[in-house]
Amino acid sequence: MTQHFPALLIIIPLLSALLVSAMGWIDRRWCFPLAVASLAGALAVSIGLAAHVMAAGPIVYKMAGWRPPIGIVYVIDYLNAPVLVVILAVALLNLISAKVWIEKDFEDKMGAYLGLYLLFLSGMVGIVATGDAFNLYVLLEIGSLTGYALIGLGKERAPLSSLNYLFMGTIGASFYLLGIGYIYIATGTLNMADIALLVPQLEGSGTLFLALIICMAGLFVKMALFPLHGWLPNAYSNAPSASAGLIAPLTTKVMIYAMVRVGLTVFTPAFTFARPLLSEAIVWLAIAAIVSGSLLALMQRRLSRMFTYIIVAEVGYMVGGFWLGNKAGVTGATLHIINDAAMTLTLFMAVSAIIWKLGSDKFEDLQGLFGKMPFTMIGFVIAALAVIGIPPTCGFFSKWYLITGGINAGQWGFVAALLFSSLVNAVLFFRIFEIAFFEPFAEGHGHHDHGPVFNEAPVTMVAPLLIAALSLIALGLYTGDIVTKLIQLALPAGIA
Amino acid sequence: MKFLAMIAVVLTGGLLIFHTGAFPDFGDANSPANTYLSPYYLENGQADTHAPNVVTSVLADYRGYDTMFETTVVFAAGLACFFLLRRKQKPGDTPRMYRHLPTGVTLHIKEGGTLPAEDSAVFRRLDSEFVPHQIIIKNTCRIVIPFIQIFALYVVAHGHYSPGGGFQGGVLLAASFILYAISHDLRRAIRRFPEKVAALFGSMGVLIYAGTGVLCLLFGANFLNYEALAPLLGVSPVMARSHGILIVEIGVAFAVMAVIIWIYYNLSSAGKHDEGL
Amino acid sequence: MNDLLPLIADKYNYWIYIVLMMLGLYAMIGKNNLVKKIIGMNIFQTSIILFYVSIAYKKGGTLPIIMGDAHGGGHAAVHAADYINPLPHCLMLTAIVVSVATLGVALALAIKIYRQYGTLEEDDINHQIRMQAGQ
Repeated sequence: MTQHFPALLIIIPLLSALLVSAMGWIDRRWCFPLAVASLAGALAVSIGLAAHVMAAGPIVYKMAGWRPPIGIVYVIDYLNAPVLVVILAVALLNLISAKVWIEKDFEDKMGAYLGLYLLFLSGMVGIVATGDAFNLYVLLEIGSLTGYALIGLGKERAPLSSLNYLFMGTIGASFYLLGIGYIYIATGTLNMADIALLVPQLEGSGTLFLALIICMAGLFVKMALFPLHGWLPNAYSNAPSASAGLIAPLTTKVMIYAMVRVGLTVFTPAFTFARPLLSEAIVWLAIAAIVSGSLLALMQRRLSRMFTYIIVAEVGYMVGGFWLGNKAGVTGATLHIINDAAMTLTLFMAVSAIIWKLGSDKFEDLQGLFGKMPFTMIGFVIAALAVIGIPPTCGFFSKWYLITGGINAGQWGFVAALLFSSLVNAVLFFRIFEIAFFEPFAEGHGHHDHGPVFNEAPVTMVAPLLIAALSLIALGLYTGDIVTKLIQLALPAGIA
Repeated sequence: MKFLAMIAVVLTGGLLIFHTGAFPDFGDANSPANTYLSPYYLENGQADTHAPNVVTSVLADYRGYDTMFETTVVFAAGLACFFLLRRKQKPGDTPRMYRHLPTGVTLHIKEGGTLPAEDSAVFRRLDSEFVPHQIIIKNTCRIVIPFIQIFALYVVAHGHYSPGGGFQGGVLLAASFILYAISHDLRRAIRRFPEKVAALFGSMGVLIYAGTGVLCLLFGANFLNYEALAPLLGVSPVMARSHGILIVEIGVAFAVMAVIIWIYYNLSSAGKHDEGL
Repeated sequence: MNDLLPLIADKYNYWIYIVLMMLGLYAMIGKNNLVKKIIGMNIFQTSIILFYVSIAYKKGGTLPIIMGDAHGGGHAAVHAADYINPLPHCLMLTAIVVSVATLGVALALAIKIYRQYGTLEEDDINHQIRMQAGQ
């Protein structure tokens, strides 16, 4: 059965999405357990796959039994095996944490909600696992379409934010599709590995270069790279809490994975990084993203909104690191996909627990939170330390690789932006710690005489949060293994 | 904003137009796109899948995995429209119009008023906007709809030999139903094809497609490799592929029909399933 | 100019798709009404479908339905140049379905927005949001 794991990875969420959405009409009590069970099953499969890849090397799975350029293949290699595990773990933890929210917000539409949740996930898993450039587009649209719906049923401005996200997302995906068309015109094939074989013969082809630019532009819109980030903060901060914890960690990160995949596997590093001017320009865009994201985060007075701008800055980290084009930079960017997904998940789960108890995530409402919700705050603090980049949390290590990459490339602007952003993050989070820890004891709060009352979120929220927080430390401690046993092997020759 | 949009659009378009010089001419049979991969499909499609229509064999077999997700996209859209729009209303939340058939008097019943029974023979529910009684339209549609549906089934079944297949046939089936809903009214259409049935048919259609793939998996072949079904269907592997294409096309037709109708219900009544277009 | 005309005549399919794409893109970014934006989105997606389908065309090619003996035997004599390229058509069937699905979800969101604000003009909606925030 092991040889069919790549197919199972996507069949399990897909079939269970169909079953769950049908169950919503028959017996609603079955929906949630089914969804959790299927995610757990898919997670187990992805772990099995990762172990298999580490032991025996990449797997190519031929869908419908046709050989690669004719049919569609799934390729599980050193690059996407860890990303798959992280995606499924994020989805599972968030689903458990969001249980109370789903029961409250979508009581009579639970089947549809969980169905969309699982379809979103099968889209994300498919994007990461596929070895066919056009198949990636189809799965991209599944992930986006369900994402619009998951966001659209949120608070006040959610439908408008979601429609704007839909417009931008469609522009991005259509540009990606157009880029694939240009590749198809130049090479006549859609299979990633096959395109990579043909690229060296087309070294000077303008069509292929334009295809690279169009594909990247499309993906930049989808991942919200500055200055195309306008849709992201509204869409993520107005989303229902249950969806925000799924979409915020996954969408942008998976798009960055797609960028890495297209840059390394489709176009090959020799072609992608052949034009210093283009790489330089994109790195400067990334620097602008990091600086503007950090500054805008400083101006926010709501936790979830602040986090969305941190995401904008983090996108800059990864795009910049990748386009440095050297070994340390690309390693850092890939490692940061994994780490940032885990960090963002932890942050959004903590916010969701805070909103569940307080009904708000405005800064002024956070007073005395360490006393009220100590376990939630432990998770929050660990995530904050990871985002700032303090060892031994994982954030430190990926940032270390990124900075090394910047130094090796002599790109001092990028190094400075990273250090600046870490500093701003420290300011951001210590400001919140101050409010949440010290303010109730400050003067002028007479009604807080007895100190904050212990009022923790339900255990289904706290347990996944603490697991995610611990995983941040675990990811940090095992960074060496992840890098040497997976990511270094994933980098094709040709990256200095 | 408009000026900025214009500049951005013209720049993008200019860049793309500037580059068209390097593209193959329109209708060039020797471009890489037309010589590298596609001759394989044209030359071997019939031998591999026993389907003269190469588009069908590429769609449902060579790239059948794409098509499974294509069906899933349709299903996801139906689910999304339902999830975003549907709201349950209790009778009596909004004013309603009824016609008392024996006298021809039209009644306007306000919120909270007593409503006649749902299946009353004396009172008939009317749309709140005046719709004249269109006997010609109703009867024409009643005559045309069965023919549309028969043609739709032909399109589904004949996808191997002529342009057609599950998507086209499914859309035709859905169109016949939408025609019924427009020419009569939404409530009667929903009574014939309830929302729950549409939702379950949608899941079932995709399930037929994915289930066929899983069945191949259980027979030990790769996902969606219909050849594995040869012993089950009692035919040669090539014919098994041909039959497999038909099975998944039927699944696609189910899903597309049900979901398009479901989307129509939700969009036309803004999720109330009360009064349509 | 003498060089440009044959260039356009030989490759007019690309010009048409680019002009359509510019129209759609401009409507998506520049228009104020949300339904007009949705229409622009559809034009934009359709232009890309046109692009793909036009690269599949071969002069003198016919539908990719292999005529001949349906029960084996006939397929040996197939000349690929006689039939247009089936692959882009198949891909675009997917893209059409995706664009229909996107259209459905976009309209659903537009209905929700109309229910909430009573208008589909973006200016009016933003004005209402600012008024709410100001209170």
